[in-house]
Amino acid sequence: MKARIHITLKTGVLDPQGKAIGHALEGLGFEGVSEVRQGKVIDLDLAETDEARAREQVRAMCERLLANTVIENYAIDLSQ
Amino acid sequence: MKSAVVVFPASNCDRDAAVALQRATGKAPRMLWHAETDVPDDLDLIVLPGGFSFGDYLRCGAMAAHSPIMRDIVRRARAGTPVLGICNGFQILCETGLLPGVLMRNASLRFVCKPVALRVEETQSLFTRRFKRGEEIKIPVAHGDGNYFADEETLDRIEGEGRVALRYAPGANPNGAARDIAGILSENRRILGLMPHPERAADAELGLTDGSKMFASILEALP
Repeated sequence: MKARIHITLKTGVLDPQGKAIGHALEGLGFEGVSEVRQGKVIDLDLAETDEARAREQVRAMCERLLANTVIENYAIDLSQ
Repeated sequence: MKSAVVVFPASNCDRDAAVALQRATGKAPRMLWHAETDVPDDLDLIVLPGGFSFGDYLRCGAMAAHSPIMRDIVRRARAGTPVLGICNGFQILCETGLLPGVLMRNASLRFVCKPVALRVEETQSLFTRRFKRGEEIKIPVAHGDGNYFADEETLDRIEGEGRVALRYAPGANPNGAARDIAGILSENRRILGLMPHPERAADAELGLTDGSKMFASILEALP
């Protein structure tokens, strides 16, 4: 299976990089962007073929390494 | 006192820490490569040095926190072996969960490298006992990710337990850290993580010497 993990900053955690990107967009003349939040995407190729087991495996990876849950949320998308 | 400095790939303050320890204790620390699995049994102090371990990939300190040697270090730290984490070492300690919170990107998005004024908030620890409470000292910082963050409940708790060892002096916060926090202690007060570099302020010929008091404190507590 393939897994795509979206890691985003929790609400309330300041995101200076997102702010800087917002300012740059404004400087380029793009209007109406009220907030920018930056995150990251991690793609995994998994040997596991069972969706439930794959989700559990990736969840454990996120908890132990891929995300820091003090400041980050993660969401897992699985596909064959 | 027997000490050791852990060397990760891209540690860059390991030798400075070793020189400062040798000068304070008269004994050269053991240098432990991160891929080793066991820490010597007779150590009184483990230092996690500054640097950019594993290129700061994923998050600062995240990869190093899972280096083979860290399993034994976490076990020993939980059992009471003193650990000093400087800069990247502080980030690693937060990533292992030995210290609460996390070091985020500086609010300015700039790398800051300069001496900063700090206030010693707690002297009830083996790292700070030679300082006076409220004493203002000057120690250099050099980091891009020193913006200490934890949720309000955690911040209230560590303040209430007297675990904020060092704070940036009013107006001197170089990174946006919550409540001007520059260094915190573990619950048992035997682990200190701090962003400033005491090992860079331990030689009069390099200008600043306030950091040497931290090494003197450690030696006094762990003769």
